[in-house]
Amino acid sequence: MSKRTVIPFGPQHPVLPEPVHLDLVIEDEKVVEAVPSIGFVHRGLEKLVEKREFPEMVYVIERICGICSFGHGWGYCRSVEGNMSIEIPDRAQFLRTIWHELSRIHSHLMWLGLLADAFGFESLFMHCWRVRETILDIFEETTGGRVIFSVCKVGGVRRDIDGEELKRIVDILAKLKDEIKKLADVFFDDYSVRNRLCGVGYLSKEDAKELCAVGPMARASGIRQDMRLDGHGAYPYLDFEPVLEEGGDSYARCKVRIREVFQSIELIAKAVKRIPVGEISAPVKGNPSGEFIARMEQPRGEAYYYSKGSGSKFLARMRVRTPTNMNIPAMVKTLQGCDLADVPMLILTIDPCISCTER
Amino acid sequence: MASFKIGKVIIRNLFRKPATLMYPAVPRKWRELTRGHIEVRMEACILCGICAKKCPTGAITVDRGAKTWAIERMQCVQCSCCVEYCPKKCLINRNEYTAPETRKIRESFEKPAELDGI
Ligand code: SF4
Ligand code: SF4
Repeated sequence: MSKRTVIPFGPQHPVLPEPVHLDLVIEDEKVVEAVPSIGFVHRGLEKLVEKREFPEMVYVIERICGICSFGHGWGYCRSVEGNMSIEIPDRAQFLRTIWHELSRIHSHLMWLGLLADAFGFESLFMHCWRVRETILDIFEETTGGRVIFSVCKVGGVRRDIDGEELKRIVDILAKLKDEIKKLADVFFDDYSVRNRLCGVGYLSKEDAKELCAVGPMARASGIRQDMRLDGHGAYPYLDFEPVLEEGGDSYARCKVRIREVFQSIELIAKAVKRIPVGEISAPVKGNPSGEFIARMEQPRGEAYYYSKGSGSKFLARMRVRTPTNMNIPAMVKTLQGCDLADVPMLILTIDPCISCTER
Repeated sequence: MASFKIGKVIIRNLFRKPATLMYPAVPRKWRELTRGHIEVRMEACILCGICAKKCPTGAITVDRGAKTWAIERMQCVQCSCCVEYCPKKCLINRNEYTAPETRKIRESFEKPAELDGI
């Protein structure tokens, strides 16, 4: 039997933008076990509900994560709105959906770039991020922020996007589609990319189910699970069917995300076609006093928002559970038996967002 | 065949403009809505302190005794919450970002004396 060594990995590592630490038990070049530990960037945001009034808490919740900020804001608003039984105007639902899908495109493009960087394809990384920049410009034009939008509020949205601007966004996205297509071809067909991705980090459907994988990680193993199906926002009007892949390996996960980018572009085009005219926010009266759970499909998977009102302006409790939290067991599973050189890439394929996880 | 293809790409790339902005030479264009920094019109401010109370980061301090309105520039996250709540609409979100700094900056504005009592 060969000798076992423990190699500490992270929290500071060139390939990881996020602080996660792993103790890798290595036999020869193979990983036999990985023990993760997190807790390096805990900020205690949930505790802040005691000091910030519930309408202002949106600004704090949005800052849980810099990538899926809009989704966090929306999830929080949905849970407070459910708590207070507020009906959101349809136009606001559509606008929220459009911004959320744009966030998904930008998040996935960013991830594709990071993945390319992880397997050493620098120019592909640059191209992914160049394309992503267009989406950030759309954000800046429509909301005023490139990363944190501050447009979602309890009761609706703060800003409207007029018809012409919406059409322009669809046109920009249609053009962008060709560019993303070129990038997708490289990810799908390039020999060296396939060499790094195919068959690496296999997660079977049963394992994915048992380890409660969420989001693209679960969908790449063939589990039809997508919180957008639960009928919130404008999704019920958009005839939406989640992207599924059966492969279960890194290649399948990459494929799911690329296909989701195209799907999001289509969803936005459909939403723009069907968006109704009308109000963009509903009046908010009184204070939350009940309990409510809202579930959202973030780019990384299912997120969960719980709020408990206290009858005053301050919530009694707020809880956010983010997708990365759920994907860590699945990640540890895929790491078992992999090559040491594949570790950074496998960590990336769950699209980890540790800051989200620790809130 | 392959060399033709790559030759074309190389020639195209040689003459194409860079994807990034040539920054100091070409200035950054701000969008209409860009939230850059908060500006206060002290002549209209009534020092009510609502902005300070609502600010999620606690960046604003209003001192009624000294008649000053102060903002911690580094603490402000440009959420525009204060702008929304100000009853006198004397806070404005300007497009330009504040310049990078190595120290924490606190800017304090005093209410012009001759306009007292308005
Ligand atoms: S809310 Fe407006 S009027 Fe009141 S102190 Fe702040 S800036 Fe002045
Ligand atoms: S923009 Fe937001 S963070 Fe900045 S001073 Fe106003 S309320 Fe505070």
